[in-house]
Amino acid sequence: MSETILSLNHLHKQFGALQATNDVSLELQTGEIHALIGPNGAGKSTLIGQIAGNIRPDKGSVYLSGTEITGMSIAQRARLGLGRSFQVSSLAEPLSVMRNVMMGVQALQSHSFRFWKPVAQDQQLLEPAVEALERMQLSHRAWTPVCELSHGERRQVEVACALALKPRALLLDEPMAGLGPEGSAKLTELLEALKLEVPILLIEHDMDAVFRLADRISVLVSGSVIAHGDSQTIRQDPRVRDAYLGDADA
Amino acid sequence: MSVTLLIEQLLNGVQLGTMLFLMASGLTLVFGVMGLINLAHGSFYMVGAYATAAVTASTGSFLVGLGAGIIAAALVGALVELIVIRRLYHRPHLDQVLATFALILIFSEGTRWIFGSSPMRLSPPSWLTGFVTLPGDTRYPIYRLMLIGVGITVSIALYFLISKTRLGMRIRAGESDREMIGALGVNISKLYTLVFALGAGLAGLAGALVGALQSVQVGMGEPVLILAFVVIVIGGIGSIKGALFGALLVGLVDTLGRVYLPIFFRTFMPPSEASGVGAALAAMLIYILMAIILAFKPKGLFSAHD
Amino acid sequence: MTNNTPLTNNTGLSKSAAPGVANSGLATQPDNHFDRKGLVQIVLLGLLFLVPVAAYFLGHIYYVNLASRITIIAMAAVGLNLAIGYGGMVSFGHAAYFGLGGYVAGISAYHAFNFTPFMTWPVNVPGSDSMLVVWLVAILVCALLALAIGAISLRTTGVYFIMITLAFAQMIYYFANSWPTYGGEDGLPIYLRNGLPGLDTNNALTYFLICFFGLVLAMAITSRLMKSRFGAALTMARLNDVRLATAGISPYPIRLVAFVISAVITGLAGALYADLNGFVSPTMLSWHFSGELMVIVILGGVGRLYGPLAGAVLFVMMETLLGGMTQYWQLFLGLVLLGVVLFAKHGVMGWLAGRERNE
Repeated sequence: MSETILSLNHLHKQFGALQATNDVSLELQTGEIHALIGPNGAGKSTLIGQIAGNIRPDKGSVYLSGTEITGMSIAQRARLGLGRSFQVSSLAEPLSVMRNVMMGVQALQSHSFRFWKPVAQDQQLLEPAVEALERMQLSHRAWTPVCELSHGERRQVEVACALALKPRALLLDEPMAGLGPEGSAKLTELLEALKLEVPILLIEHDMDAVFRLADRISVLVSGSVIAHGDSQTIRQDPRVRDAYLGDADA
Repeated sequence: MSVTLLIEQLLNGVQLGTMLFLMASGLTLVFGVMGLINLAHGSFYMVGAYATAAVTASTGSFLVGLGAGIIAAALVGALVELIVIRRLYHRPHLDQVLATFALILIFSEGTRWIFGSSPMRLSPPSWLTGFVTLPGDTRYPIYRLMLIGVGITVSIALYFLISKTRLGMRIRAGESDREMIGALGVNISKLYTLVFALGAGLAGLAGALVGALQSVQVGMGEPVLILAFVVIVIGGIGSIKGALFGALLVGLVDTLGRVYLPIFFRTFMPPSEASGVGAALAAMLIYILMAIILAFKPKGLFSAHD
Repeated sequence: MTNNTPLTNNTGLSKSAAPGVANSGLATQPDNHFDRKGLVQIVLLGLLFLVPVAAYFLGHIYYVNLASRITIIAMAAVGLNLAIGYGGMVSFGHAAYFGLGGYVAGISAYHAFNFTPFMTWPVNVPGSDSMLVVWLVAILVCALLALAIGAISLRTTGVYFIMITLAFAQMIYYFANSWPTYGGEDGLPIYLRNGLPGLDTNNALTYFLICFFGLVLAMAITSRLMKSRFGAALTMARLNDVRLATAGISPYPIRLVAFVISAVITGLAGALYADLNGFVSPTMLSWHFSGELMVIVILGGVGRLYGPLAGAVLFVMMETLLGGMTQYWQLFLGLVLLGVVLFAKHGVMGWLAGRERNE
């Protein structure tokens, strides 16, 4: 029995004359990886912004587990269980991996206006953070400053940070970007294991990874979803081929 | 009587506004093009006034003095840019604030060392003293009217410089994309020195003109500098149009507030208290104005940088 | 042993894992050892304490008061350091809180001295010559002002924030300058230093010890605060506020609270300063003082616990020594500051104690 966790209903967003999002409806269900693909300039970033909360849609709504989050701030959405990773790594570089991951745990447990107890001794914070790191196979790097990590490890930390929120849904923005074949394969494996617990909305350029991982794929072109289905359907859809070939021509 | 007062105060407000614009345009250009916050801008105002006073005293000609003041301020500006400021462009704003704060200390104490602590004499030339009678029987000092004229002339000249010349084109390119103009083969460091010197020259002009009205002394640039900050924050940092609008707004609100707030409080308060409350409130008025504007538009009215 | 209870690892020297965590030492951070930094810190604090005590018993009251001055200014800078160094909020208007704290002490003493009420409506509020009352009021007033100023200023960032905090402080400055009741630009003398029950606050050493206690308390609170959950969130707000929001914590309220705490510490230092000098004037509110506080924070090393203290020692020493040699000492201060900003980014503490570990 699958249930809808995240749903986008008829989202519209216009920038000047550009219709960046045009009547987009999507949903993410338990146990699945739903991939969102599309050529450059298709409006993926704008759409992600509307899900994550840094862009407000002109029309339409976003629901997370039945709660409308359309007007909420980024932080409110996160507390409700929307974990996300960024296309460009956005970790606090000088801090240790642990300190980055602990932030989400902290938000989850209560407000941050606790002024006295040192976090470095706070097992309530540390244990869930360790758990999230173990899930991403990063325990051995817990106290390493982020700036000393490899690119692939940073990607894993990003996901671990999102996991620390005990999210109901994960929004991963090109997690494979810049990874070599090895790193990409490793992350693919980790995500595959993860999806049973947390459904993932995956925005990805790496088509191999998408076709291997995704249960469903939606194709975004010029702000609209032009195709939707499993990887077999998408592979054979002529409109998708057009969109991608057209993109390659340009 | 009250119409006369109003006209006179409106003109005073515009006069303060035009002088603030001379200060604020340089500040906002330097921020817009180089991304630098420059506290030492008030020092160029002071340098301009001192140079004008010194040269006017030795040559006897106010105009020669004024020219010397502008050139001195621009030269000092160029020198400061070459020695110190260009090391700060890629630094955090905190470093810029501190380094230019240090420059203020150096300039102020240096000037005190050279010229002494007592104010220097500088008065408008005899052909600019006296009054004109405006419609409505308002008698208004010719010199202040001339300041308004200079302010308007400079504003128009600046507009043409920025919108119609090659230099202006490069400045605008620099405002929108700093890396870009380097790629276009423009000699950036020369452009930066030029823009900085231009801003310093304008500040020096303002200092000389106002110095003849008030007094030429160490620290004269600081109150003006802070008013100019309020101006560019209100107008939107980096925007010349915003600086012009903000300068006139601040000039008018400040001038009219100081005159009319005590009068207003006198209508329902004993006079002695009314002047105290009125003066205190008038001193805060432009900051309150700024707070209100920022509460609605955190980036100022004509923001050039988002 | 079953590890159901949350355990705290209090054994500061233990390098091994906290016993509460299964299988590895992951959940504890490796401890810092006693090192050069610790030595420099102890020497600095020890000298600040011992020199005035020795001076007092040798009869050099001047040096005791000088040490009080250093201590108070260091405390004001500790407050500012919380905003700038730990919170990344470059406030150019902390003189507002310093001066306001000073005026609370001054105005309260003025009314207590004249036996006039501060206000009669809606309730009768008399003046007070008790430091405890003064401090409490200073905390409240500074917190409220910082809440209002911070709430507006923190909507902006970068240069806007710098200029707006400056402008608001100027607003308070001009208000104090033109409000005649409490001396206007001439300032307000405090004829009798405010008192504390059981202590002779007029004794220079006693007063120094009060100030010293204030400084140590402010530093201890800052240190503890920055290790707490609040501190973790504030650090993240400084380093990467998008990450903080994505983790589910809104940066704005975190920053605002830190700004208020910072202002309160600086305000308390202001109250102590007014009582030390027996005088309060708009100079305490001036933007020059805001600038000097920033200079002290930077000279000492921004975002370091002992930075403000090192900066204050250096600043007041320079003021005293150079000021004794030439009346143009600020020219040299300017040159030193320029040198530090351009060439020694990590301040005196960075130079003495090595670079800070970023935790």
